[in-house]
Amino acid sequence: MVKFNDPQLNRTFAALVDQTRRAILDRLEREDGISVSELAKPFAITLPGVMKHLDVLEDAGLITRWKQGRTVTVRLRPDPMRSPLDWLRRYERFWSSRLDRLTAYAESEESKARRKGR
Amino acid sequence: MTSVTLVRRIGARPEIVFAALSTPEGVAHWWGPDEGPVLFADIDARVGGRFRVRFRMLDGTEHEARGECLEVVDSKRLVMTWQWAVGGEPDEREQVSRVAIDLRPIDSGTELTFTHEQLQTENSRNSHKRGWSGSLDKLERYLSVEPEVVAAP
Repeated sequence: MVKFNDPQLNRTFAALVDQTRRAILDRLEREDGISVSELAKPFAITLPGVMKHLDVLEDAGLITRWKQGRTVTVRLRPDPMRSPLDWLRRYERFWSSRLDRLTAYAESEESKARRKGR
Repeated sequence: MTSVTLVRRIGARPEIVFAALSTPEGVAHWWGPDEGPVLFADIDARVGGRFRVRFRMLDGTEHEARGECLEVVDSKRLVMTWQWAVGGEPDEREQVSRVAIDLRPIDSGTELTFTHEQLQTENSRNSHKRGWSGSLDKLERYLSVEPEVVAAP
């Protein structure tokens, strides 16, 4: 059965809803391990604004931050992404088994119809 | 990745497949019984007509899905909204996704294309313009290519 009540999944989706946060993830995908100030540059928001987004992403387990001297570096941590993907795969399995049943049923109906000469 | 698409080739003519999808008797048959019984199945296959199916899984849990028919083209196409009414998390129940089924006649019977789309969370439904599908796709690629990068230092 499809599992809907996964808190990690909710956090991950909630984090991904925001366009800026998705842009941050996209950027990290290209340049993993860049500094917060580098990361903030292309965005039309303040550094504290970016930090807030990073807090949400960190809570969702999507990134990690660590300090090297005076520089805070950000890294992708895409583990939780597996959860939404698994969720969609569960849907796929769910429907796949239903369609197997549908196929068997429709084929038996077809045989019946043929026996009746229709 | 916001939708699931499955294609099946079925050895039955489109009229028969469509009846299996669009009549209560048909729906009751393929929603069960090997994973537990169908408790209730109803579909009014007209635009605006309601769909409802309730079934029990082998683990004893009951689930009910409801929807409304959006497009009904005899033996060709059926589109409906999809919503869990029972089962799952209460706040997920407000979500409405969409199921579209297309039938195409082929020599051996029917090619069925099943799509469950607009699968999303309550929050993402409120986001505009760009869905998160692009990000998910990219991250999936990322995951499949370089899993070792996942480890945080």
